[in-house]
Amino acid sequence: MQAKSMEFTVGLFVVAGLLALAMLALKVGNIHALNLGGTYAVTADFNDIGSLKTKAPVTVAGVRVGHVAHITVDPTTYQAVVTLDLLKKYRFPRDSSASIETAGLLGEQYVSLSPGGSRHYLKNGGKIRITQSAIILEKIISQLLYSKAGHSSGHS
Amino acid sequence: MIRGLGRRVISGVSRLGHATFFLARLMPALGAALTRMRLIVQQLYMTGVLTLVIVVVSGAFVGMILALQGYNTLVRYDAQSSLGLLVALSLTRELGPVLTALLFAGRAGSALTAEIGLMKATEQLAGMEMMAVDPLSRVVAPRFWAGWAAVPLLAMIFSAVGVIGAYIVAVGDLGLDGGVFWSQMQSGVSVSNDIMGGLVKSVVFGFVVSWIAVFEGYDAKPTSEGVSRATTRTVVSSSLAILGLDFIMTAFMLRGL
Repeated sequence: MQAKSMEFTVGLFVVAGLLALAMLALKVGNIHALNLGGTYAVTADFNDIGSLKTKAPVTVAGVRVGHVAHITVDPTTYQAVVTLDLLKKYRFPRDSSASIETAGLLGEQYVSLSPGGSRHYLKNGGKIRITQSAIILEKIISQLLYSKAGHSSGHS
Repeated sequence: MIRGLGRRVISGVSRLGHATFFLARLMPALGAALTRMRLIVQQLYMTGVLTLVIVVVSGAFVGMILALQGYNTLVRYDAQSSLGLLVALSLTRELGPVLTALLFAGRAGSALTAEIGLMKATEQLAGMEMMAVDPLSRVVAPRFWAGWAAVPLLAMIFSAVGVIGAYIVAVGDLGLDGGVFWSQMQSGVSVSNDIMGGLVKSVVFGFVVSWIAVFEGYDAKPTSEGVSRATTRTVVSSSLAILGLDFIMTAFMLRGL
């Protein structure tokens, strides 16, 4: 009897350890993003992706609907080709647009989709044609400084 | 003084060699012990289940402390939304495996050493040999297996409990948004790198701590003083081994090897 209850406790311990691993993988990590009813891939070309990374979220109206699968460079146009894995339960019009935005002033970058009005939907392997590149803070600041410098030299 | 230092280095290295020979002798016994699962289960109870309480309580406190400290620092940069990520990465990559192994060395490793050492001091091991029972496969190997298996399981429980503790403090006390807490964590923690990396670390720690514990016990002088010294050595050398190995493994993992 005693040996049986000890075996049961050890079994509980092993189960608890495996459950903890499962919780870490599912709740803390991001395995669940891969298999929640499946995803479909669409691509979008950007002139500049800033510091967008793979696995960054893709959102619509702030709600997460997918993630960035991979990022490559088109060898002919030299634009960044970003592949987005979108959850199958969401469909988007073909004339939707994608823009790269930043969460907060210094936060991570993500892709934001704005749905269009077309009756045709994006399919697996489709392409988002209207895109807006990442806003890079340093570039804006340097442009501002140059224009200021231009003004002050013109006046004097 | 230099001579004394040299002597200590030489004796330390020869002790490591001694321990390696012991491991080599233990190898065949390890295979034989797998046929007697009952002994391993019994030892898993002694090492794993009885260490569970201290691991759960420490994990919860470490998670809550990390949440308080992390919040205090992050709020200066208005980045408190990353608190969940900070806590989860710290726990899964470092604190879970390392603190669990340290606690395990203190709670279970020392007990393993003392038990085997006392068996030797009271000549139980010699008695087994007389009856043609190999003490390595009957006594040492099941304890080694059980210790090795228990550490990764405990480390996973530690990290999971720590994350829950941090969630309770962050959402309940500090007033962070629960959704942000989890979503930042999920977008930043990679299962293959961070969680698996922590698991690999804890498997290595489990091996090293169990090895040191059974070696020190088997090698102890068969007196009460010898056993107490062996117990101390187990805790000291396994703690140093854990931290040193952790540095090496972290260096490899962060460089992406």
